Amino acid sequence: MRDRTILLAAPAALLVAALFIYPFAYGLLLSFEPPKGDWLANYTQFFSSDRLWPTIGITLKLAIPATLINVGFALPIAYRMRFPSRSQKSLTTILVVPITLGTVLIAEGMLTYFGPRGWLAQFLQLVHLYDGPIRLTHNYWGVLISLVISGFPFAFLLILSYVTGIDPVLARAAATLGAGPWAQFRHIYFPLLLPGLAMCFCLAFVQAFSVFPSAVLVGAPAGPTRVISIAAYEAAFELYDYSLASAVAMIMGFVQLAIVAAVLGARRLVYRGPVTGGKG
Amino acid sequence: MSLAVRAWRALLAGLITLFVLNIGLMIAAVVTHSFARRWLGTWLPDGYTTAWYVAAWKEFQLDAVLWVTVEVVGAVVVLSILLGVPAAYALARREFIGKRALMLLFLLPLLVPPITYGIPLATVMYQVQLAGTLWGVILANLVPALPFVILVMTPFIEQIDPNLESAARVLGANTPRVFMHVLVPLLAPGILAASLLVLVRTIAMFELTFLTSGPDSQTLVVALYYAVFAAGVRAPQSVDAMAMIYMAVTLVWLLIALRFVNPTQLVSRVNEPGRR
Repeated sequence: MRDRTILLAAPAALLVAALFIYPFAYGLLLSFEPPKGDWLANYTQFFSSDRLWPTIGITLKLAIPATLINVGFALPIAYRMRFPSRSQKSLTTILVVPITLGTVLIAEGMLTYFGPRGWLAQFLQLVHLYDGPIRLTHNYWGVLISLVISGFPFAFLLILSYVTGIDPVLARAAATLGAGPWAQFRHIYFPLLLPGLAMCFCLAFVQAFSVFPSAVLVGAPAGPTRVISIAAYEAAFELYDYSLASAVAMIMGFVQLAIVAAVLGARRLVYRGPVTGGKG
Repeated sequence: MSLAVRAWRALLAGLITLFVLNIGLMIAAVVTHSFARRWLGTWLPDGYTTAWYVAAWKEFQLDAVLWVTVEVVGAVVVLSILLGVPAAYALARREFIGKRALMLLFLLPLLVPPITYGIPLATVMYQVQLAGTLWGVILANLVPALPFVILVMTPFIEQIDPNLESAARVLGANTPRVFMHVLVPLLAPGILAASLLVLVRTIAMFELTFLTSGPDSQTLVVALYYAVFAAGVRAPQSVDAMAMIYMAVTLVWLLIALRFVNPTQLVSRVNEPGRR
């Protein structure tokens, strides 16, 4: 009897192929069929236009610091909370809230709270921490803050799930051999965490690189935070040039892929060897 | 314990407290503003009113928007479960050529950010006139939801003893009956968890809905975006009142979901390639 169980996966596979793979392939082809000019016209336009080309730099200038902050703070805090406890449970629950609410709500909250007349500005002026005008919205800082608010909890939860997957017996064995807290982290946890950290860095970066609603709502979408997704959106829905929009989307995907490949490649160079001791 | 370790721990505790405190205050500011009669540069508003909620409900046509949200989220949850659970079953129970490729196909939509594939997807939907319709929004939201269900359900199915199915077959049950009478009852907790996770994620899914929706197919989060975007046209309090309504809807479902799932499941199912 032929096994027909595999066919159960067919409807789902067809749907994802039709709604994910096909649009990507279609977009790639469409990007080489500009309304006028030769087949590379969209790409030459992107790299020569001072409206389009700088968006890559602007986006990287937001995404790289945001990713470094998020992963850099999430690692020590998640490591500190690696043992099951009440505070671990309540912190994970609290940090799920900003992720669930999403960037649009965070943007509205930021406009109210971080705005020039918000509580934060009033507090900073009250304690004379900073007396100049406080501008944390509608500029670069607004978008960076919103990327940290949504990205830090994500990085924390991800790294926590990796850290808790490492058997604490390994570190205890090292401790009986005389390893202090730093040596335990440096020589036991860190090498085992590295694959997870690299993955977390990639996911956090890709998310930050595709920032869209907060760049519009709490940024300055005409200038300093005109990120690449805004350029793609404008090409598609304001100029109705789907060919150019597809080209921008492909470039966006390519930059993400390049950074991910670089990070995962660098990880191979830094550490080679068994990474067992994870969740198994 | 050495002084350095203590200082380090205090620093970490301070940082996380500062982060959580500021997010709490940010939400509190939205709550306060949505009830404020007038609030200009003082610590607390001049007076309180609930009028902004009535205004927001009317101005943003929230009854229509909420109904669209219910339809989209409901359809996405039902369809992703109906298609995802059988697919997860095939992946959990069988080894076949191309299985790794199939796993990759289901993983990619979770790794690529929605705005990157949303623009080509919206382009295709405009070609076939699906964009702007309710079905367009539902189909677009299925792209991340369906793979998510498959990834959540596969380990659930793997831990069910295949002998139970064999026993049912020996007693004469065909595949649909095995599914309905053996698997579905055993998988109920997993299906519930997956449904709730997809539900919470779909309510908050902005990019795909934004790119594929028309005036009659906006969900709550997209309507909120347009309200914030056009701030200045309307009183800021009514935008905050709308933000509160969105927050209430999301948090109620999050609280329900957290009774059945671990918080890390909202993010961590995305990152398991190469870890088994």
